[in-house]
Amino acid sequence: MPIDSDKDSQPTRRYQYLRHSWPVRLMHWINLLALTVLLLSGLQIFNAHPALYWGKSSYSGRPPILQMYGIQTSNGETAGTTEIFGRRFRTTGLFGVSKDASGTLVERGFPSWLTIPSNQYLAMGRRWHFFFAWLFVVNGFLYVTYSIASRHLSHDLAPTRLEWRCIGRSILDHLRFKHPRGEASKHYNVLQKVTYLTVIFGLLPFLILMGLAMSPRMDSLFPGWIDLVGGRQSARTLHFAAAMLLVLFVLIHVFEVIITGLWNNVRSMITGRYEVEDT
Amino acid sequence: MSKSRRHFVMRVLAGLAAVALAGCDAITNSSWGPKILRNGERANRGAQRSLTAKSALAQEFSEADLSPDFRSNGTSNPSDDDYQRLAKDQFRDWTLKVEGLVRTPTQVSLAQLRTMKARTQITRHDCVEGWSAIGKWTGAQLSEVLALAQPQPTARYVVFHCADAMDNDGNRYYESIDLDEAHHPQTILAYELNGEALPIKNGAPIRVRIERQLGYKMAKYIMRIELVADLKGIGGGNGGYWEDQGYEWYAGI
Repeated sequence: MPIDSDKDSQPTRRYQYLRHSWPVRLMHWINLLALTVLLLSGLQIFNAHPALYWGKSSYSGRPPILQMYGIQTSNGETAGTTEIFGRRFRTTGLFGVSKDASGTLVERGFPSWLTIPSNQYLAMGRRWHFFFAWLFVVNGFLYVTYSIASRHLSHDLAPTRLEWRCIGRSILDHLRFKHPRGEASKHYNVLQKVTYLTVIFGLLPFLILMGLAMSPRMDSLFPGWIDLVGGRQSARTLHFAAAMLLVLFVLIHVFEVIITGLWNNVRSMITGRYEVEDT
Repeated sequence: MSKSRRHFVMRVLAGLAAVALAGCDAITNSSWGPKILRNGERANRGAQRSLTAKSALAQEFSEADLSPDFRSNGTSNPSDDDYQRLAKDQFRDWTLKVEGLVRTPTQVSLAQLRTMKARTQITRHDCVEGWSAIGKWTGAQLSEVLALAQPQPTARYVVFHCADAMDNDGNRYYESIDLDEAHHPQTILAYELNGEALPIKNGAPIRVRIERQLGYKMAKYIMRIELVADLKGIGGGNGGYWEDQGYEWYAGI
């Protein structure tokens, strides 16, 4: 953000420093690629049966908690419908019914521009999903190993005791879009640290685990382990919900990147250089 | 950023996203893309087989978990004349042929199958589409049936040939598993669902249960079992009807 230097008699000192090491930068972008493909191929897989349930099976006598479908309206049109906990929403064009590549309205869960491949093709959606799942897992494993070995985890990500004490202040600052400047911007703030740690060691492993919980073969690892989360269909719902939470994280992450200096942040994740304005 | 510049950046980003998605479609439709992507599912097979025991059992459930109606998917009533004739007599004239790389090619009637060692299991059926249903299956263990025919040492796969035609060219449903899966205690040729004769919509007279894999492996309307050394010569050469359409042969996830 441009600084209002008129008010300062002292000229501001600007300098760059190496904020992100090359392994972190590389793994960050591999992660972005893998998670993007996983999300879009995941929505392709969801579209093969666009409904989510709670419990061990889909046919237990209870209705799905979420479903997307098309209905014929009284004037002969197909209308996209999304039903959540029994409440119906008209979502034509986005969920339930949307345009395919040729522009005709077809019945499908998520629209073609949100799925890989864009047409309905479950077999290929699965190939994309599992290939990038392995890329994501290998990349994530290397990231955690590197972060421990290089002390990225203990130096940059672990909140200090002082920071924990001031977390309330940090939350207020974030709500007012007030962000650390100068020297203080050279390290992650406490809310950022807690969020990153929660995503890296909480949300992402949970997402993988819920994916594995849908596997009939992994089911046989410890008999009944999937019941700990309510059963296979619950696991599928939680896998979806965790993916949506990850999308929420990315939206907030990108928002913060934009308001704290888009180019400076993006450059620091490409070349590693981050500019600090020392007042 | 000014409003017009912001709009410009948004349009560039949207354009890049559209190009990237078109690129994904191009890879999907290329001759090499699916072959590379397939390695993910190959890795699934290796990882899952090393993490879980060969004879580990799939979870079994209680009567309270049974789905009120076990849904039918794919073929629900084979239109084939021969099949309809067999169905009319409750499959009295149906025989299961076990042949290929076996010492004694064998034929088993439904009545004989019912006298063999039976197993009843309440298991969850997981479809590749994402849904699950729970049913109680009773049938003869496939290992017992194979023992009658005595597979030759060169046999590596068990192929199920089915009655249901999948297109107008006479291609019928088929599936295959390896011998480890065939000898798994829960791998049964089910002739009962929820305590009654297996309904036609669920695969009468028999459907195979392969409880640690997805639904498309569990062939319905089985007419013939063939033991082979290699899957290449059968159907499209990928080991099953859906495998020939791009689905993975190992369906453990």
